[in-house]
Amino acid sequence: MLKGQIMMNIMKRLATAFAVAIALCLGAQAAFAQSATLKAVQDRGVLNCGANGQLAGFGMPDPQGNWTGFDVDFCRAIAAAIFNDPTKVKFVPLIAANRFTALQSGEVDVLSRNTTWTMERDTTLGIDFAAVNFYDGQGFMVRKALKVNSALELNDASVCVQQGTTTELNLADYFRQNHMSLKSVTFATIDEAIKAYDSSRCDSFTTDSSGLYASRLQLADPNANIVLPEIISKEPLSPAVRQGDDTWEDIVRWTHYAMVDAEELGVNQHNVDDMLKSDAPDIRRLLGVEGQFGVSLGLTKDWAYRIIKEVGNYGESFERNVGQGSPLKIARGLNALWTKGGLQYGLPIR
Amino acid sequence: MAATAERNYLRTAPAERLPSPAERAGMFGWLRENLFSSRGDIALTLICILFIVWAVPPLLRFFLLDAAWSGNDREACLASPQLPEPGACWAFVRVWFSYFVYGFYPLFERWRVDLFFVALAVGIGWLAWLSAPRRDLGAVYFFIVLPALSCALLSGAPRLGLIDIPTALWGGVLVTIVVATVGIVASLPLGILLALARRSELPVVKFIAVTFIEFVRGVPLITVLFMASVMLPLFVPERLSPDKLLRALIGVALFASAYMAEVVRGGLAAIPRGQYEAAQALGLPYWRMMALVILPQALRVTLPNIVNTFIGLFKDTTLVFIVGIFDFLRTIEAARADPRWATPVTSVTGYAFAALFYFICCYGMSRYARNVETRLARAHRR
Repeated sequence: MLKGQIMMNIMKRLATAFAVAIALCLGAQAAFAQSATLKAVQDRGVLNCGANGQLAGFGMPDPQGNWTGFDVDFCRAIAAAIFNDPTKVKFVPLIAANRFTALQSGEVDVLSRNTTWTMERDTTLGIDFAAVNFYDGQGFMVRKALKVNSALELNDASVCVQQGTTTELNLADYFRQNHMSLKSVTFATIDEAIKAYDSSRCDSFTTDSSGLYASRLQLADPNANIVLPEIISKEPLSPAVRQGDDTWEDIVRWTHYAMVDAEELGVNQHNVDDMLKSDAPDIRRLLGVEGQFGVSLGLTKDWAYRIIKEVGNYGESFERNVGQGSPLKIARGLNALWTKGGLQYGLPIR
Repeated sequence: MAATAERNYLRTAPAERLPSPAERAGMFGWLRENLFSSRGDIALTLICILFIVWAVPPLLRFFLLDAAWSGNDREACLASPQLPEPGACWAFVRVWFSYFVYGFYPLFERWRVDLFFVALAVGIGWLAWLSAPRRDLGAVYFFIVLPALSCALLSGAPRLGLIDIPTALWGGVLVTIVVATVGIVASLPLGILLALARRSELPVVKFIAVTFIEFVRGVPLITVLFMASVMLPLFVPERLSPDKLLRALIGVALFASAYMAEVVRGGLAAIPRGQYEAAQALGLPYWRMMALVILPQALRVTLPNIVNTFIGLFKDTTLVFIVGIFDFLRTIEAARADPRWATPVTSVTGYAFAALFYFICCYGMSRYARNVETRLARAHRR
């Protein structure tokens, strides 16, 4: 009896393993032929994009209910590459707690919601990160009157911070590492922390630098405050896709690199039509004048041209949403091109 | 003897009324009577006056006098040399108002939402105005025509030329009203049924009702919503799983009906045994006994609690944000992050506006219930 059961178990396991193997083979074949996600998106006629909904500059609606922001633009760029129409995106507002489930369950095709790429998330959640499109990290804001130019001069300073976050831990680590004494003043919410900083209860306020610029605008006199240049933690933000559809991941990844390449090559929304006549081989390959690079993604060869025409290059999207063209005025910093001292490095299209 | 003599002095008409003593008459008398009648009263009155003097002028100054009523961006609400401490930023609410009402609902289809609001107001008015003509028709309209009409209007009916609007685009007041209305309208009949089932003598019916009620009441609403929206898609393929808003609606309706069942059960328990026996003696079968004798009395007794549950439910609708649905409060949360409007007063203004909206709705419900109660009590007194 017992033996029979064991045999049954083994048989069952073998059958399962066999089924998985077949599924993997078929899956792999399908991936070479065409991305299943891409097909689903094309059949549906609209890209489902998981977005933030209330992060200034990255993903939020305007008063008319149109979505705007840096992460939003990224989804529009994917839609432009697929449909030649950046409006064919359905934005699904997600909160931090349900963003990964929404991606895993197929509710969204791509998660473009200021999500930090960490090893744990990448290896345990069944999702893959495509490419870092924003290097964020924790920064400090101080009043100009304090005459501090570097975070290293903050010895003995009191710092307002939200409690129970990695921000609080990073802060303690940074001060300990640099042998400075810290007086942290913690608050349950970020709003309280800002209010306290504004009423001079602390010398400095710390959070992720992208949020720092948004917070600055809530102060009584934003111009009397500066953001210090030091970034003390790594928060590489990246769009994510479900694991198992490599071609779809490629589409998302190369959408980002096409935008960075375009900026490197000086191709932007306004001159992209003239650039079609350019002699530079890199530009000709980017815009699909030469080669069949988009076709291998399951798209058309002018895929990158469409992105740049409809959404713009990386720098344009950055400046429009979070940079000098926006109220946030976030400096390019780590997100400058590698040629200008930043980390954004476009992979070659060839 | 003496009695007859005295009789001559009896008055035949009542004496002229004397004016009340000066310290009891007019405004002064009223004040004395109501505010300063004892030492304790005097102390309380003074404390209240001090509180009003302390609290009201700054509030008035902030929300009305120094408030910025118009403007195109944050500049309008910032401190200036003339106004070192700026008041509320109503201009922000004005600019974002349509988003607060419609969420992401497409601009050119928003008339459909307006029409829905009007249709709903007509339905509520028809049923709520107790001496309205043809209230039976009103009930048919409210419970049958209105749901179908709203569904076609809001969600779309391609056959009628109304394009489909996915519920992900709904938001703001629209979602709050839809969730609250569906919850309120579904929870009362469901709750009554559950309450009857719980008091039933059939063991299976009773067991099912008790299990459902106790299970739902033992779990926070957030958990119900979370289960409905996050767990369900993991088990059911995307195509088969119902719409996100619909899932939340079902969750809210079931949740509210469990609470409603307990409220109604309280009412049922308050009806004396004699009423049941009298109805049975008349030969009324179970359902007619309930419908004609017991429930009308039970519901009257529980009316304050029913409305209390409704008000609680109305405010609980804000929890749908946890599953990524943009209800009214959530749209305000989203809008206050707008860098074009970020000022020290933006958040306060947004929340004040939300408070005003919820207060008007809840206070309206509670006033109406009070009226109905008075009216029913009048019948009772006789």
